[in-house]
Amino acid sequence: MTGTETVLGAPAERREGREKVTGTARYAAEFDVPGRAQCLPVPATVARGRVTGVDAAPALALPGVLAVLTHENAPRLAAPDDPVLAVLQSPRVPHRGWFVALVVAETLEAARAGAAAVRITYDAEGYDVTLTPSHPEAYVPQEVNAGYPGLREHGDPDAAFAASPARVDVEYRVPPLHNHPMEPHASTAYWDGDRLVVHTSSQGTNAVRAALAAMFELPEDRIRVVAEHVGGGFGSKGTPRPDVVLAAMAARHTGRPVTLALPRRCLPAVVGHRAPTLHRLRLGAEADGRLTSLVHEVTTHSSRIKEFVEQAAVPARVMYATPTARTLHRVARLDVPTPSWMRAPGEAPGMYALESALDELATELGMDPVELRIRNEPETEPDSGRPFSSRHLVECLREGARRFGWSERDPRPRSRAAGPLLVGTGVAAATYPVLVAPSTAAAQALPDGGFLVRTNATDIGTGARTVLAQVAADALGVPLERVRIEVGSTDLPPAPLAGGSSGTASWGWAVHEACVRLRDRLAGHSGPLPAEGVTASADTSGRADADQPWSRHAFGAHFAEVAVDTVTGEVRVRRLLGVFAAGRILNARTARSQFIGGMTMGLGMALTEDSTMDPAFGDFTQSDLASYHVPAHADVLSVEAHWVDEDDDHLNPMGSKGIGEIGIVGSAAAIGNAVHHATGIRFRELPLTPDRVLTGLLEHEHPAGTLGA
Amino acid sequence: MDSDRASAASRSPESHHSETTLRVNGKPHTLVVDHRRVLLDLLREDLGLTGAKKGCDHGQCGACTVLVDGRRVNSCLLFAVALDGCEVTTVEGLAGDGEELHPVQRAFLERDAFQCGYCTPGQICSAVGALAEAAAGHPSHVTDPATPSGEPVPLGREEIRERLSGNLCRCGAYPRIADAVEDVIP
Repeated sequence: MTGTETVLGAPAERREGREKVTGTARYAAEFDVPGRAQCLPVPATVARGRVTGVDAAPALALPGVLAVLTHENAPRLAAPDDPVLAVLQSPRVPHRGWFVALVVAETLEAARAGAAAVRITYDAEGYDVTLTPSHPEAYVPQEVNAGYPGLREHGDPDAAFAASPARVDVEYRVPPLHNHPMEPHASTAYWDGDRLVVHTSSQGTNAVRAALAAMFELPEDRIRVVAEHVGGGFGSKGTPRPDVVLAAMAARHTGRPVTLALPRRCLPAVVGHRAPTLHRLRLGAEADGRLTSLVHEVTTHSSRIKEFVEQAAVPARVMYATPTARTLHRVARLDVPTPSWMRAPGEAPGMYALESALDELATELGMDPVELRIRNEPETEPDSGRPFSSRHLVECLREGARRFGWSERDPRPRSRAAGPLLVGTGVAAATYPVLVAPSTAAAQALPDGGFLVRTNATDIGTGARTVLAQVAADALGVPLERVRIEVGSTDLPPAPLAGGSSGTASWGWAVHEACVRLRDRLAGHSGPLPAEGVTASADTSGRADADQPWSRHAFGAHFAEVAVDTVTGEVRVRRLLGVFAAGRILNARTARSQFIGGMTMGLGMALTEDSTMDPAFGDFTQSDLASYHVPAHADVLSVEAHWVDEDDDHLNPMGSKGIGEIGIVGSAAAIGNAVHHATGIRFRELPLTPDRVLTGLLEHEHPAGTLGA
Repeated sequence: MDSDRASAASRSPESHHSETTLRVNGKPHTLVVDHRRVLLDLLREDLGLTGAKKGCDHGQCGACTVLVDGRRVNSCLLFAVALDGCEVTTVEGLAGDGEELHPVQRAFLERDAFQCGYCTPGQICSAVGALAEAAAGHPSHVTDPATPSGEPVPLGREEIRERLSGNLCRCGAYPRIADAVEDVIP
């Protein structure tokens, strides 16, 4: 790139690492503004209805309780674009767990006692929270999440399926899943005269500021939103959440700085969740494995207040060549909490189902599942016909197979036993679209020889500061340590959220341009710099979001080895190995951590993470970390991530694709396919918990009617 | 019952508070503590030591792990008033006063053993505690029963994973955390 050694791709150490390992990195609830009060919300205890009465007196009588906000006395706000933010604005209860009151108190203990003492009465109504494949209220939406059409059809997939020599017609179920970032959603808010300052745990503060400006009817320049460190988000902090609205209201109502850190148990109901998906897959193929028909139909739920449709049939539009196809979504609006983004919405559950079905087809055909995928590699994107800007799925499959030792595999199911353990291996592909949004950035050359780069990126744990400094150093042609970077505040040049695996591409593009411009400006400058330095800025609007003719996606392949305990039904993942093709990898260290992190969440999706919509109470049963099992240290034995280099000129100046989500896509299918290989039993409902596996093993040994006879 | 509760509520705040002295990171602190206050909230709210994190407030995630008298604990589960006279070490105090990092902190940095950083102080304190427990001969669920009693337990990866399983990491940094802990095993 220049005479200076390039630092893009280098495993640079995390810039905020020292703060994080010494405990000095401050998160949203940790800004102890003088006079700060604490808040706790009161969740609704009915699944549908209206609040008919609030008795705040017992709470207000407690020492330290300052105020109880409800729909009766909370500040009236303008209607938000996102209805989940319209908290304490009406007596309506759209789902259980919806916040109906907020207690503000001097201390956390007083707030907790106050929240327990508030008496709410309801007029409860009948409700329906149970999703079924043939729910009478399900309809085909025009659009699904991310703006894709709800239905796409090519040719006559039903006739082609009926005429196919090899057929798979199967159903899969993925339960509701919860993001559960380690830092619960939290906001600290205070009013400085008519100016609002908010520290919040968010994946993008420009969107938070816009929502608050609209609701509080303030110009944006009177609101400052800061998210310096964010303890994970995984989509649940991608949009503003009720905590930030409640904190701003409570601060206005009491005239005090306040912090609202949501209790863990409240999160499933109010920060979005991955909606459950019921899948039906029909694959028809010739005897040589070439697909003749692909039908992926998905039924899911959304809430009464918002249509959010998990786009789980969308990846089937990208993956495999087929002359006929139908990809269809149905959604039923129920009395449930509102679903939203969770790491790889659409792709994660959709590819679980599609890649499991591919494995079933390989079994049906007696073909190697790696070869079956390669046999169906398309020339262009199957649904749109657009050429791929780059696609190295086959290379990922082959490289993964080589590293994993796939060629030594005995393809027969149940062919490896070790005492009470059955051992198996499985493969699945991964894909994630390349998303990018317009961003701005500014770069400043300082008289001391340093450079300051500013953009409102958010570092939710990805290492945004670090990789953006690398982008800047390369574009400026200066050593990395001379670049300082500021992110995480609306004081900085506006930038889009950390979501959709688009952050680095979007922010990096603007940073790159600002730095290239600054470098040109400096080239024409002679003598010492002025005291204020020299600044250049960039705005990628109109280019980052321009129409372009390419189908742009990252691809990958997962290989899993599992051991299934035939006594306990426990599945252990002995090895999980992923190979990804995601453009140019900009920081080998932080990228590897992100891939491994995504794969680990996929391991949780496969084996441990399960949520249930309780039909009696109308809420998620597994609402805390004791009942909703995210993977723990002991569950994660060996997870490896590798990549193949891609040189793609149709992406952004860095040549990168997003890497934050693809790790979770397909990993659950690889594990499920390995469990089939180990046991000879096909489990089609996640997660593969011991109760399900043991039941399957018993039924396998003792077909129905023979057990206990 | 009701009258009991009413009289309890009307009692002076002093009856709900007690003077408590803790040594935190080597320094004594005497505070008048609300009996309901847990150690985690005392550290975060009263002493401004926000390194210990609140992930669940129910002892389910380990983000609040600190050392009390050298043993790792979930600080969200301990009433502060019950810890009078105890020695508490938080992530802020592991390295002492200098610029130098504790070896576990340094290993976490070198191994990129975190992403968002929210579970990290708990993971680090937990690792420090676990190393001490193994050195003192405490067995874990996966320790070979034939291991001689009272002698240091060697820490392989399986032992490390088992002993740190009370500390959740949603970013999935587990393999790197195990690497980092392995690095500092004497």
